[in-house]
Amino acid sequence: MAKIPPPLWLLAEVTHSCPLQCPYCSNPLELVPKKDELDTETWLKVLHQARKLGAAQLGFSGGEPLVRKDLEVLVGEARKLGYYSNLITSGVGMDAARVEKFRELGLDHIQISFQADDASLNDYLAGTKAFQHKLDMARAVKASGYPMVLCFVIHRQNMHRVAQMLDLAVELQADYVELATTQFEGWALANRDHLLPSLEQVRAAERVAKSYQEKLKGQMRIYYVVPDYYEQRPKACVAGWGRVFLAVAPDGLALPCHSARSLPGLELHNVREHDLDWIWYESSAFNYFRGEAWMKEPCRSCDEREKDFGGCHCQAFKLTGDPKNADPTCAKSPHHHLIGQAIDTSQLNLISSKPLLFRKR
Amino acid sequence: MSELNLTSVPKLAAGYRFQWEEVQQTHVLLYPEGMVQLNDTAAAVLALCDGQRNVQTLIADLERDYEIEGLQEDVLQFLVQAQAEGWIRYG
Repeated sequence: MAKIPPPLWLLAEVTHSCPLQCPYCSNPLELVPKKDELDTETWLKVLHQARKLGAAQLGFSGGEPLVRKDLEVLVGEARKLGYYSNLITSGVGMDAARVEKFRELGLDHIQISFQADDASLNDYLAGTKAFQHKLDMARAVKASGYPMVLCFVIHRQNMHRVAQMLDLAVELQADYVELATTQFEGWALANRDHLLPSLEQVRAAERVAKSYQEKLKGQMRIYYVVPDYYEQRPKACVAGWGRVFLAVAPDGLALPCHSARSLPGLELHNVREHDLDWIWYESSAFNYFRGEAWMKEPCRSCDEREKDFGGCHCQAFKLTGDPKNADPTCAKSPHHHLIGQAIDTSQLNLISSKPLLFRKR
Repeated sequence: MSELNLTSVPKLAAGYRFQWEEVQQTHVLLYPEGMVQLNDTAAAVLALCDGQRNVQTLIADLERDYEIEGLQEDVLQFLVQAQAEGWIRYG
């Protein structure tokens, strides 16, 4: 097999705690309790080891990373080690002084997520009053000299308002806006019948995004992430298993993709007991889907197998029962009809018999 | 945003960081959730986009450091591309 490349991306999921309860959350249904979280010292060890391996991009994520009181310590160390560090946050737990402190410590970028463009829908989806605070924090981030990066997670319940979301981004003078359609993992999968958009919604949002992209060229960058349920080929999940991306969960499990915890037959290791160098290069989990030996048909003989690596193994497992099957979002998958069925079910069942499930805090 | 000419002063755009990566053995440009691996020429030019020197000085410095003449066209072409990518600004 070809030489294993070094990891370039470390995702530090420092906690699963979150003051918000978004029903599209991709965290697992079984959240890691606070008492099982890594301590500061172990996180510092993780940062050192991953940087030595080659990771240059670092994401502080969660849950809500601001819940961790030692985040400032980790941010400061990350800068000293030469990481480009990204804070991926709801903005709740932030104030202008904390933004300034992060800036002094060398945090490179803050991405604030919004649930919608107006207070009532935003706060309904977040399960708490947060909209006004998010606006204030977005302005504080911009005022302190950071590029402003906004993320709107879009799905059936808010997708009709993409134009208003982009208007809000313009008003806030955002530099980058991500319109990310919900990925159906964790809580989002449990709520799929409520969240899966229709084809008309997806195409309409795409048209709006395109027209704003043209209108705002050179001023604001807009990324529209099309939901894989409406594509003919799967996404190259985490740019290929064990090739670029390394996540560490709140309890210290090292994960090749942030949903990998759910996969059967995968022996995951903990950074408390093992060095990241060994975990990345030697452990069975990180080698499990490397190369092509694991592939079944139609992936094995597919001429696009080096492009998408068979897609998302977690999705293949959740929808077909076997993570080695092709991701069923691929039109070549013998299970592709499951995607069509999910779309039909969610569209027919407009008032679902199951209530919308808000995630636990 | 001002335009490119010999007296404009390029610098990295806000949120961009230029650095050497030991493991990759290459210079990279880092930005929110992204990274570009740079070839030697791109790295040599971006290293001098420091918000201090103008384009004319930048070209002269490169020609001196690398003992090559006639770099102007290549450098200008790269700067146009770098601005289009959003890597640099003039100010």
